[in-house]
Amino acid sequence: MEKITIDNTFTPLVHNPDNVLEVNALKKYFPIKEGMLQRTVGYVRAVDGISFNIKRGTTMGLVGESGCGKTTVGRTILRLHEKSGGEVLFNGQEVHTLSKAQMRALRPKMQIIFQDPYSSLSPRLPIGEIVGEAVREHNIVPKEEFNDYIDEIMSECGLQPYHRDRYPHEFSGGQRQRICIARALALNPEFVVCDEPVSALDVSIQAQIINLLRDLQEEHNLTYLFISHDLSVVEHISDTIGVMYLGSLVEFGSKEDIFREPLHPYTKALFSAIPIPDPNSKMNRIVLEGSIPSPANPPKGCKFHTRCKNCMEKCKTEAPQPKEIEPGHFVVCHLYDNEPENKAE
Amino acid sequence: MSENKETKKSARSANYLSAKESRRISRQNRKITSAMEKKYRRKNVPESEYLTQMHDPRNVVEFDDLHSYFFTDTGTVKAVDGVTYEVPQGMTVGVVGESGCGKSVTSLSLMQLLQRPQGQIVSGSIRLNLGDKAYDVAKMPMRAMEQIRGNQVSMIFQEPMTSLNPVFRIGAQVDEVIKLHNPTWSKGQVKQRTIEMLEMVGIANSEGVYRMYPHELSGGMRQRVMISIALACNPRLIIADEPTTALDVTIQAQILDLLRGLKDKINSSIMLITHDLGVIAEMADYVVVMYAGRIVEKGTAQEIFSNPSHPYTIGLMASKPVINRRVDRLYSIPGKVPNPIDMPDYCYFRDRCEQCVERCQGKYPPEIHLTDTHVVSCYRYWDFHKEDK
Repeated sequence: MEKITIDNTFTPLVHNPDNVLEVNALKKYFPIKEGMLQRTVGYVRAVDGISFNIKRGTTMGLVGESGCGKTTVGRTILRLHEKSGGEVLFNGQEVHTLSKAQMRALRPKMQIIFQDPYSSLSPRLPIGEIVGEAVREHNIVPKEEFNDYIDEIMSECGLQPYHRDRYPHEFSGGQRQRICIARALALNPEFVVCDEPVSALDVSIQAQIINLLRDLQEEHNLTYLFISHDLSVVEHISDTIGVMYLGSLVEFGSKEDIFREPLHPYTKALFSAIPIPDPNSKMNRIVLEGSIPSPANPPKGCKFHTRCKNCMEKCKTEAPQPKEIEPGHFVVCHLYDNEPENKAE
Repeated sequence: MSENKETKKSARSANYLSAKESRRISRQNRKITSAMEKKYRRKNVPESEYLTQMHDPRNVVEFDDLHSYFFTDTGTVKAVDGVTYEVPQGMTVGVVGESGCGKSVTSLSLMQLLQRPQGQIVSGSIRLNLGDKAYDVAKMPMRAMEQIRGNQVSMIFQEPMTSLNPVFRIGAQVDEVIKLHNPTWSKGQVKQRTIEMLEMVGIANSEGVYRMYPHELSGGMRQRVMISIALACNPRLIIADEPTTALDVTIQAQILDLLRGLKDKINSSIMLITHDLGVIAEMADYVVVMYAGRIVEKGTAQEIFSNPSHPYTIGLMASKPVINRRVDRLYSIPGKVPNPIDMPDYCYFRDRCEQCVERCQGKYPPEIHLTDTHVVSCYRYWDFHKEDK
């Protein structure tokens, strides 16, 4: 039987001190096991070679349909999943080769806020314990300052000090999300992955949480990776945006560039699908046919060619390479093969 | 520190209910609900009892001062507290509001699907137009309702993942509805109709899907199946309760396109419940904005979006980020929704409102007509009210 191997060739990255996080050709494959011996028969290519970097104090938005691997990217960066290939540099340090003790020391610096505030809080712990557990574990503050520190963090996130003895079921969705934010923030992180932090909330509560995240970013000089499928929220909060499709980035650039002129056909379709709260705006919607193909058996060539309106012969056989159309604005599509490359240097 | 303790105590005592008090309430509730249940479960009820007249024969449904309450052990929750609006024939009416504002309960009242026995329609009427006659759904007994539900009025639920039964094939689940409402049809006829319905909602491989189980389909496909079940009997009214909330934007666009096309094809009306103002703007002809169990504003989509009048509607629109509209900070409505068990007797929105006028100290504001179709419940427009009289 043919042995399945993961291709793991990439050119190592040179660290730029401006960047908090640098991701280079990151891959995460989940094995599919079958038969009595649980032999690996194939891989689900959840993340298939992604590269980007995030500057200190900025927010990168990651958008895409469900099942395109956005969450897996976030988790692999934090080493909640082991990578299958590529590199993740956090302040120039490869995260996935650290020893257990080193990893433990690094954990407080990178935090995550989960999507569903209803299932990510332990129902058996009071709020003070949820927020404070990791603070005590990592000795963030001396013992005698511990109580004041927790109170301070909680009030910063819009919670009252008397909430400390309450349990998660006594809170509404918006308040629970505040608790999750307080928990992440209490460790004084540099980098926070926000995995769809507002999609489970009402519109009016969404606004409160987004404002809170922005205020905290300014105050603590935080760097966010903001994962969401809601483009209007991503547009509001992000500085740079990456659009994902089936485990790869199809377009990457600053918010202004991407929203002014989306280049990739998928980005265009995604943008035209957003409902606009104005009954007068009748625009030409590009409706994508069908649904996302299986990441276990992605299409050959360009992964998007099965649903693409501008599909050419070339797209079916040859995978496109990232191309810099404007400084800092990359697109992965054969349509732009003939455009002149515009390098920053 | 002592200050902390005091706030803690007062916060707790506000919601405190002794066991004795709770028992008293639940006994009282049981008395009320069991009388209502008895009436609902009667058999052989004469049709004249729930026969009624439409106020305007062009409407499919008229809600008239509907009150739906939940009798819980901690008190009565007035989930719907005096709601009046109508759905005209062939139109789409969008209902917007935060979760818990009663928009779903209104539609469940129409389907008589409230969680019984706690949930009950207490007063008011829901007039349903059946073409040659009209029924008052609020007074209908269980047996009569079974003929209407799924046949004349049907519903598309929010979660396509949980509203299909995982142990039955798709075909069997669509067949069931058709067979129930057309008992004389043969098996072959039913199956043919099911395949036809699946094709109509854009499922290409309809013969294959007929034999599949729900887990083999994606979210968008499942929602298509749900829609085909809802449309199977050519209903006069389709209630779509957050039909696209669980779906991706690209799939959402597909489903909305589909709903719009199908509505014209079978000539029915849609009652679209959602919290996404963008979806409403795209689909709805009329918009109803609900807050804490009451309607705060209603009008045509054009009026609501170009001239939002109630402070709540204005706040709701400002708090949603919109593509290509740069704001530094999103507006967020201060405070939170009042406790549904203990509603104030003044305007429910007063404590969160930034545009209060003197008159707001008084009772709950009446409906004020800004135009023939645009109605708002807010004292800021009191001048219009006088002209009205």
